Amino acid sequence: LIGARDIGALIAALRTRAMAALYRQFRDVDLAEDAFQEACLKATQTWCRDGIPRDALAWLIFVGRNAGIDSIRRAATHRGHAARDAMPDANAEVEYLTEFEREFCDDVLRLLFMCAHPGLPLQDQLALSLKIVVGLPVQRIARAFATREKTMGQRIMRSKQKAAAVGGQFEVLTHAERADRLSAVLAMLYLMFNEGYSNTSSDEDSEVLCVESIRLLRELLALFPNEAELMGLLSLAILQHARRKARLSTDGRLLTLAEQNRSLWHFPFIAEGRNLLEKALRKRQPGPYQIQAAIATMHCRASRYEDTDWDEIVRLYTLLEAFDPSPVVALNKAAAVAQASGPNAALELLGPLHDSLAHYLHFHTMHAALCATVGRNEEARWSYKRALGLNPTESEAAHVREKLARL
Amino acid sequence: MYYALLIYGAEGVFDRLSPEEQARVMKKHDELQSHLKARGAFGSTAQLMATSTAVSLRRHGDEVVVLDGPYAETKEQFLGLYLIKANNLEEAIAAGKLLPFDFWGAEIRPIQWLAGGPI
Repeated sequence: LIGARDIGALIAALRTRAMAALYRQFRDVDLAEDAFQEACLKATQTWCRDGIPRDALAWLIFVGRNAGIDSIRRAATHRGHAARDAMPDANAEVEYLTEFEREFCDDVLRLLFMCAHPGLPLQDQLALSLKIVVGLPVQRIARAFATREKTMGQRIMRSKQKAAAVGGQFEVLTHAERADRLSAVLAMLYLMFNEGYSNTSSDEDSEVLCVESIRLLRELLALFPNEAELMGLLSLAILQHARRKARLSTDGRLLTLAEQNRSLWHFPFIAEGRNLLEKALRKRQPGPYQIQAAIATMHCRASRYEDTDWDEIVRLYTLLEAFDPSPVVALNKAAAVAQASGPNAALELLGPLHDSLAHYLHFHTMHAALCATVGRNEEARWSYKRALGLNPTESEAAHVREKLARL
Repeated sequence: MYYALLIYGAEGVFDRLSPEEQARVMKKHDELQSHLKARGAFGSTAQLMATSTAVSLRRHGDEVVVLDGPYAETKEQFLGLYLIKANNLEEAIAAGKLLPFDFWGAEIRPIQWLAGGPI
């Protein structure tokens, strides 16, 4: 009746919480992974035959826990020790699971926080999360990062050892610790999304990063329903993801908002993203994710590029600068100012950024385009040439050469 | 009599199903709708957004406060509904049985009072 592949879909939806609970139970991520794997096998066999239990998550945790205890016991027997813990009997199930449920928030946070270990390079943090929390096969993770499967497997194993060494803090968290962990995890998920969003080389392989980061954010929000910035980040990711199909030209070039065919945007996502942002803003706890989501909303609201409310977008960037006074934010603001107040106003904002963004490709292409609009062709040429020296992708380089030829 | 078919299940399962399985699920919904339309019994249907988009309203002293999240945290979420017409419970159950049940359950609740139409 129900195929194994479709049971896989249900198990995937429950994986994060089941793995998080098993990790707390065994305090050992390898053992938790094996126990979960065992539970999945049993689930597939049993559920195909008997149907899906009413509380499938409880089922997976219970069976995973037994599998883990069995394997500890086997290992203990090998060493000649008798295990003393009694197997939990079936009647203990209810009590045992309510205890778990209370702790799910911290459990999931702990598992993700372990993966977001600051001692690991970003890509390893992301790969580890995709392996342990999402349960993606190594082969697909390798493809998402355009790496060989064997290399990726070794990297995941090394980073798992490194992260597990410090990740194992199982005490009850204080309010401040919980907030710190949540913001570290959000930062990682933001980067996971961006990695998938900005990577255009292999669209289908990198899309998995966007899809999975959105799923993880949804799950986190279900566990932490009052976090305004979490709502903001989920809203931002969904709004950006809604435009995915419109972002690439047929020859693989990134299209600007002005060039995109807006009928390709996914409007159910836009509705959900806007709804989440509205909900977040009611809480009056502004933050950078909410502001970026508000900027994305302004774009999504305009049915034509000409209808974009650039004055409002400039105001939002000014607000964002207060939270995140980085040159890249200033550059994005300048791009909005160019639309709201013209190229000269934008060029004035670019002036002080010359030093800090000297090696940033998009700074030079924007500077060049603005100079060209006001007839400063010599400067435009210089900036385009500078951009060509900053490792543009093939399609970016072609685009710049085309602009140069037209000057 | 009017009835509500309320659909419950775990969130995040449908979008992980294979495209073939998704099509199979949607076909069940199409069949239910055709069944109802053929009898003049189809009122309306709605798919709800994720519970993360929900807010709840509660009375707190003299004020009504807005809380984040769905009204009741349960293992199953309220995902969508149909409003249908049926002569009796048996007919409503017969229609409800046309829903896809692989990952979802349904509740049939008679409607006390119904008004309004398409917005």
